[in-house]
Amino acid sequence: MKKRSYVGVLSAVLAVSMALTGCAGNSNSSGGSNASGGQSQPAPGNSGGTTTEGGLIKIATQSPLSGSNSAVGDAIKTGAGYALEKRKEEFKALGFDLQLFPQDDQGDPKMGVSNAEMLISDPDVYGVVGHYNTGVAIPSSVKYEEGKLVMVSPANTGVKLTEEGKKTVHRICARDDAQGPKAALYAKNTLGVKTAYIIHDKTAYGQGLSDQVKMQFEKDGVQILGFEGITQGEKDYSAVLNQVTVKNPDIIFFGGLYPEGGILIKQAREKGFKGYFMGGDGLDSSDMIKIAGSAVEGVVFTSVAGDVTQTEEGKKWAEEYKKVTNKPLETYSVYGFDSMNVILNGVLEAAKANGGKKPTREQVLDAVHKTKDFQGQFTKVTFDEKGDNTNADVFIYKFGKDKSIFVGKAE
Amino acid sequence: MINILPQVLVDGLTLGFMYAVVALGYTMVYGILEIINFAHGDIFMVGAFIGTEVLLISDALGALEGMNPFVALFITLIIAMVLTGALGVGIERIAYRPLRGAPRLVPLISAIGVSFLLQDLVRFTEALARNEFYLNSPALFTGSIPLGSMATIPTKGLIVIVIAIVMMIALTLFVNKTKWGIAMRAVAQDQSTASLMTINVNKVIMLTFLIGSSLGGATGVLFAQNYGTIDPYIGFILGLKAFTAAVLGGIGNLRGAMIGGILLGLLESLSGAFMGPLTNGAFGAEYKDVFAFSILILVLLFKPEGLFGEAVKEKV
Repeated sequence: MKKRSYVGVLSAVLAVSMALTGCAGNSNSSGGSNASGGQSQPAPGNSGGTTTEGGLIKIATQSPLSGSNSAVGDAIKTGAGYALEKRKEEFKALGFDLQLFPQDDQGDPKMGVSNAEMLISDPDVYGVVGHYNTGVAIPSSVKYEEGKLVMVSPANTGVKLTEEGKKTVHRICARDDAQGPKAALYAKNTLGVKTAYIIHDKTAYGQGLSDQVKMQFEKDGVQILGFEGITQGEKDYSAVLNQVTVKNPDIIFFGGLYPEGGILIKQAREKGFKGYFMGGDGLDSSDMIKIAGSAVEGVVFTSVAGDVTQTEEGKKWAEEYKKVTNKPLETYSVYGFDSMNVILNGVLEAAKANGGKKPTREQVLDAVHKTKDFQGQFTKVTFDEKGDNTNADVFIYKFGKDKSIFVGKAE
Repeated sequence: MINILPQVLVDGLTLGFMYAVVALGYTMVYGILEIINFAHGDIFMVGAFIGTEVLLISDALGALEGMNPFVALFITLIIAMVLTGALGVGIERIAYRPLRGAPRLVPLISAIGVSFLLQDLVRFTEALARNEFYLNSPALFTGSIPLGSMATIPTKGLIVIVIAIVMMIALTLFVNKTKWGIAMRAVAQDQSTASLMTINVNKVIMLTFLIGSSLGGATGVLFAQNYGTIDPYIGFILGLKAFTAAVLGGIGNLRGAMIGGILLGLLESLSGAFMGPLTNGAFGAEYKDVFAFSILILVLLFKPEGLFGEAVKEKV
């Protein structure tokens, strides 16, 4: 229980600090649970919280709100929170009090699991939007499975996640076995590379994606000059990059996230590397530009998240999102938004089937699992038996000087 | 493969000099108090943040425009050194001095506590002030100097090496040539006798922390300049490696810490570059730390006191 209270204090501190810095985008940033896992106190500024007859329905988010991936983690939370705010009234009319219950998994599996334990012990929690890191999602989903708590991930691409036969696990984005090969095909066919050096960050996501890319390259006859791992959190990658400069590949493919990717490309360019630099959706963050500086220009990445601002309607949505939440738009914002709506629709379905009363978690899980042809703000969602979205696409982006530019759908 | 050797050596030296200066802090405190100041790596981290903040704030105020980068770096270094030096003295006063008579494990635990405290404190303040705690330092030096046809050294890397050497020489002179230096060595040899000889032991210990911490803080500034990105957790791994360097050279021995640091940096760089090709890809660069630490274990098996340490004699 000691650990639990530590989490509570930490997230309370986080909530307070967020409130102080005026970044409590939604009016419901509640602190963590207390040691006994009881009711959390909604932060002041909550809309009264009149608990009506139907009772309380909490939807949690789990993403890194602190740590190196917090830019994206926060976007997921904000997107999900925005979706929930928009539908508060609708639920109130049915007698439900809808609340967001954001958790910080710190991108750390241990933290994700202890938060998951807390979530399944709270009977008012009906679903989880999360996670960002596959390595965190896999162990956490063991707990969700125990509590029959439905999880819809906006961003997990690791193949293993939905291959373990857990009924609670769903994702609305594509998988690495779609992303990796498509990235490799794009590199070969469009960029015309003949030799590649692959670097990964030894995580479930990074190494998984790199393996997929490597397989596809080998199929297509692109020569692999090296396959190396680096350590997350380090700041000096000259050891690996010295080898890269010797072998002088046409492309470096990096399977990993933007904190390391940004440093890698910066140091590679300093060492005089002239070829392409490509990565997966882990590079998809505005922080990449801050870290890499001018070296970011020309970095190509695939993403399972499309650009919502490609359509007029999407542009309108993005403008509104920025105005209401006061946060920058990240590509995953809209995925957080759509994931939340998938869960809320499930809750509605289940409540209807339950005669308008509060459904059980299992009923919600069943309803979400049956989601078919749901048109979200950006992506269409149909879950197959595993919980993968059959309508998911892979997209190609390229970094310009100060933002990433949408190139198109990867074929 | 062999033609990257000069470049690998340059990278290794840059890293090694940073380890060396941080290792000095560990070794000095151990020599005097026989405790491992595990918070030292985090003092280095605080130095990196102070330096980066000074640069970021002056950049925002437009003070960096047209300023000579060397002057800017010098001012930043001085500010970071003064503040981290004070931090080191404060830590000693609060976390170690009350425990001076206690068994040796107690201050070690206290040090680990301070280490976590500093990490979270920095994380908290930065999150409050900037809404993020991953800072990117403004680059003062962007050029690089070619060294023959085989290697180039970035200006910032050269600056790291030069400043590290200056700091080491200054420290050596201080310890060997000044009255306070003699007092420090006396306290390291025997505290109670030194105090009988009218040496103010508390003052000497404070001075040790002041010097060690300010050197660590200065290295933090250099680190931020050299790698550009810092976070509250950089002190942990680097501190561990610098401590390793101190042990490799013989803990408590200044010259040993310097040479141990440079050796460890070179080892890491060399194993990172050549392990893959030599083992045919079985062990890639990701195992560089394993290799470096294996060497350490080997050295300690045959020479438990480290490369330059003296075998502990019974004090009679």
